Amino acid sequence: MCRPTYYTIAYEINPWMNVQRQANHSRAVRQWEALYALLTRRLNVSVQLLRPVRGLPDLVFTANAGLVWEHTLIRSNFRYPQRQGEEAVIERHFRQRGFQVERLPRTFNFEGEGDALWVGEALLLGFRFRSDAQAHEHLSRLLRCRVLPLELVDRRFYHLDTCFCPLSGTAALWYPKAFDRYGRTVIERCVHDLVEVPRADAMRFACNAIVAHHAVIMQAGVSTRLHRQLARRGFRVKEVDLSEFLKAGGSAKCLVLRLNSPRARAGRSSQRG
Amino acid sequence: MVSETVQVSGHIIDSLILPKILDEIIDLNGTFEIVELAIGKRKMDTSAARLKVSAPSHAMLQIILKRLARLGATSVALKDAQVVRARKAGVFPASFYSTTNLPTFVRSRGRWIPVERIEMDCGIVLDVSRRRAVCVPMVHVRQGDVVVCGTAGIKVVPLERSRQHDVFQFMGSAVSSEKPKAQLIAEVAKAMRAMKRAKRKILIVGGPAIVHTGGGPALARLIEAGFVQVLFGGNGLATHDIESALFGTSLGIDVAHGRAARDGHDHHMRAINLVRDCGGIRQAVRRRLLKRCIMHSCVTRRIPFVLAGSIRDDGPLPDVITDTLKAQDEMRRHVNGVGLAVMISSTLHAIATGNLLPATVKTICVDINPAVVTKLADRGTFQGIGIVSDAASFLRELCLALRLSPR
Repeated sequence: MCRPTYYTIAYEINPWMNVQRQANHSRAVRQWEALYALLTRRLNVSVQLLRPVRGLPDLVFTANAGLVWEHTLIRSNFRYPQRQGEEAVIERHFRQRGFQVERLPRTFNFEGEGDALWVGEALLLGFRFRSDAQAHEHLSRLLRCRVLPLELVDRRFYHLDTCFCPLSGTAALWYPKAFDRYGRTVIERCVHDLVEVPRADAMRFACNAIVAHHAVIMQAGVSTRLHRQLARRGFRVKEVDLSEFLKAGGSAKCLVLRLNSPRARAGRSSQRG
Repeated sequence: MVSETVQVSGHIIDSLILPKILDEIIDLNGTFEIVELAIGKRKMDTSAARLKVSAPSHAMLQIILKRLARLGATSVALKDAQVVRARKAGVFPASFYSTTNLPTFVRSRGRWIPVERIEMDCGIVLDVSRRRAVCVPMVHVRQGDVVVCGTAGIKVVPLERSRQHDVFQFMGSAVSSEKPKAQLIAEVAKAMRAMKRAKRKILIVGGPAIVHTGGGPALARLIEAGFVQVLFGGNGLATHDIESALFGTSLGIDVAHGRAARDGHDHHMRAINLVRDCGGIRQAVRRRLLKRCIMHSCVTRRIPFVLAGSIRDDGPLPDVITDTLKAQDEMRRHVNGVGLAVMISSTLHAIATGNLLPATVKTICVDINPAVVTKLADRGTFQGIGIVSDAASFLRELCLALRLSPR
């Protein structure tokens, strides 16, 4: 994670951002600290911190730093110049901690875990607004797995993690309207148990949730129906108000990068504890 | 029928990318022929396909290829653009490629390079080592410059129809004095507000009729409210604006009352003379001799202006660039970054500006004469709209639509 010390709305690169609607900085810090405390103290998740950098307000959204697999980081190639400055910072941080850093060819945009999510042994890659479809082949070669590119069709759900959230190897949250019929077919084939998130919850970025053990951390204010559907599957919803980050088009999941991949290996159980 | 062969590879079967590509080609009125298809045997294996895509026209093929590129399908066996070195300064090689104002790409060493500063009726000079392609007017080509020739390896991208409602969607190419003006002007105001929010430049090209008809204060108001980032005009606009600031007249006619002022016929000469004595318009403002109206607003708000001279100019004012090639270059410099151009009551400067603008710049042309508006709309493919109206009424309505308080 990365502290929101320099977090602000400095530009507009997605439909949620509006420089005239500024984030309240102290409130943003309080909200981030609440998420951090929930992860580290209540859920016993170990969190490493990336040092914030002035002039890189979106560094706080570490999900886009890249994709981690074992001791390798596949670094992001950001589409927008406003975030490209984060690339060197991310690379330095990971190299200093002994990670090997892989980069995709510059011609392909790839925005990390924001667009790449594991379902069992396959990696689903959202493309169109940020990551490019062609990146999937390189990822497939690097990770030695199937990578399925899925086109995102709603500008507001511009990263895969805003409209799709694997809960386990067999269940996931999703907002079907963010995909076209091809994308929906592929997801329906990959995930047996799909929990459809209603529009109101989707607009609160309910799909942008962190799954840690049996807890699902998401933006506060989602419907009780969603709570029930998750409870039936053995997940407890932990609500955190992250409204200041929604002003930049991000929520819980965007604020973290997984260092231990949820990828299932052939022969291992895909259900994580 | 035009065709191009594309290839796509990866997990294109499981992800339904390949069926989607085939469906999209059909939906966009193209046809395909599967030249090669290799399907991976195991789950983890990738597949590869090579398709020959055909369409009834080049423009339609480009639309399909652009869509397919987004899905990961790229063209194969493309040729690099042919280049020839210029033998003489100011002279292109005989078969030089003459540009349009549409976004253009040139293929060099296997990669598509975007042509910078695209402008119609120019050539393209390639800097192969630094992988850059620049649009160059004939007069600026140097001996030895690597000039793109022929038509191979050049890609022109048609303007994409926006999928969602765009504030510029109101721009059709039909010009009519019969269209409801209030609605058009409201849309223009909306477009200007959107530009301002996006921090993109708005260019105004103006003729002296703006001042003659009494539209000067409205234009000054627009400048002061931050809706104008660049102003192009000629000696006439600036002179009569300064005349109205100093004497309240334009070509001797009192702007407020419409009556001929006594000895008014020489007011504009006195205005020019005074500015020449000061050394220039900025100096006249600094010395508090010029205290209001358009040019004064430009100087106080630090809005750059380019005054291009012509053979019919009186004076001219010292700020007028009399060398037309230098004037064009100055205009080119300021056209960079412009998102919206509004041309008001000026045939000469509007056409000159239209020649320099890339097709992607939205253009609004206002003139009392429908023929002028049509002429500009016919210049070439561009996103434009014409409004038949006199300058003052248009500017006044625009200020109202932008909710700017009248002076």
